Amino acid sequence: MDSISNRKISDLISEFPFLTSFFNDNGLEIAGKEKNTLSEYFAGFDEDEIEDKAIDPEVLTAQIGEFIKQMIAFLGKEDEVVKTVTILPGKDKSGEAENFNELVIRQGEIICIVGPTGSGKSRLLGDIEWVAQGDTPTGRSILINEDVPDKKWRFSSADKLVAQLSQNMNFVMDLSVYEFVELHAESRMVENREQVIERIIDKANSLAGESFTPETPITSLSGGQSRALMIADTAILSKSPIILIDEIENAGIDRKKALGLLLSEDKIVLMATHDPVLALMGDRRIVIKNGGIFKVIDTTDDERTILSTLEKMDKTLLAYRTKLRQGEIITKIQNT
Amino acid sequence: MNLVTVSGPPSSGKTSVILKTIDSLKKRGLKVAVAKFDCLYTDDDILYEKAGIPVRKGLSGALCPDHYFVSNVEEITNWALKNDFDILISESAGLCNRCSPYIKGIKAVCVIDNLSGINTPKKIGPMLKTADIVVITKGDIVSQAEREVFASRVNTVNPSAVIMNINGLTGQGSFELSTLLYEEELNINSLKGMELRFPMPAALCSYCLGETRIGESYQMGNVRKMKVED
Repeated sequence: MDSISNRKISDLISEFPFLTSFFNDNGLEIAGKEKNTLSEYFAGFDEDEIEDKAIDPEVLTAQIGEFIKQMIAFLGKEDEVVKTVTILPGKDKSGEAENFNELVIRQGEIICIVGPTGSGKSRLLGDIEWVAQGDTPTGRSILINEDVPDKKWRFSSADKLVAQLSQNMNFVMDLSVYEFVELHAESRMVENREQVIERIIDKANSLAGESFTPETPITSLSGGQSRALMIADTAILSKSPIILIDEIENAGIDRKKALGLLLSEDKIVLMATHDPVLALMGDRRIVIKNGGIFKVIDTTDDERTILSTLEKMDKTLLAYRTKLRQGEIITKIQNT
Repeated sequence: MNLVTVSGPPSSGKTSVILKTIDSLKKRGLKVAVAKFDCLYTDDDILYEKAGIPVRKGLSGALCPDHYFVSNVEEITNWALKNDFDILISESAGLCNRCSPYIKGIKAVCVIDNLSGINTPKKIGPMLKTADIVVITKGDIVSQAEREVFASRVNTVNPSAVIMNINGLTGQGSFELSTLLYEEELNINSLKGMELRFPMPAALCSYCLGETRIGESYQMGNVRKMKVED
């Protein structure tokens, strides 16, 4: 760490441009002091400033070193592609062994998770997120690309295995759609930012029933538009290879397209749902009972045929909804 | 015994996170106690008691809660040692954002919530920047994008911390936190001679001592004036 203390701030920043955000977010004003070395810079604070701003040169220098290390690792590496996630069985709440050998989930697959509330769906997700190694209450183990996973999946905030899209999420920021996506893109440090942002907004609009503009404030988006934006944003900007979906309400959004978008971005989709139209879109479904995986069902051909009937019924319902919205009177049963 | 200091802004979810985490610690057969520090009022001791967790409560009243915390942490640790607990968790609310309740060599956890806004990590001092573990709560009510942005901002101000998302209502994530809290080699027999990680915010002006009148002639001690331009 000594080496960075003796380097000029301007040199450090030209070598590691991301340090600007470190100084900024830590409330350290560097304007006019770029010619100082780091240790000269810290020595330049008087006692009051040190106390007010809680500046601890030793800790801050160490944190800068750590930040540089992390960012180099983050920027330099090719993202490890997660092609498969394997679940190895553990026990249910009564201590009975789970009834499967191994469950391999592949990139581009949709897996549904079904089972009553409290049956252990969250624990299963928890096991995946924490890449359990027999050290969680279920005793399950998770492999990534058929191997014992790297520790980073547990501890690095930039490498999270699971991103979540849930039903009752809100936007709590007061920003336009563009600014919001831009903020996310910034934190992910993506290149060609503008194109990525445009693509996300386009995709979101293709999922939403009613379109919105980049200038629309996120707080005034409808439920369907919000869901569309969250899905497009997560599909394209989130680095997490697994997307967990906790139901998608059937309003103002094309759910089939939304899932298609996630899959086209090479995600693994896990979906906790009891909506038959969604559940049968999956390739397989995991049935959870008493804290354990009770069985794994491959969607059957019959079920796929039934799905297409269900989808038609779904469309009919949506058509009624649109009519009501437009102020029409419904006079007869419609067959689509 | 292990001491763990948990701190965070009011209503960030400290108590919920601690309660859920203790569930997991207890399952491992560990005896856990809590010391709850607050300013004017708290009912949380009742929540702990209901959960069967031995608890001591301290209200700082008119004193700076952090100063009050440091002045009492040794006694409370002795209480826990005497009662043979395996872990004592201290919970204190950071009120002025300049709070600095952590002790060198003692595990420090900061709890902040997603709803507090993405600029919050910038605004919090040593309570966030010197914590070993940062727990982010209320992730279930914001979007994935906001969660990611918030976590990355926390990482910028405290790159060496482990950052975890915990849902205080369902307890999702609390088992994982529990695995990071107890370490045999962090056993302590006393806090004597230990040091704070960073000095506390300063005080001691005439208003600290009960002055109520406004005006320069009543101001003594540690007084500082803001620059108000015309």
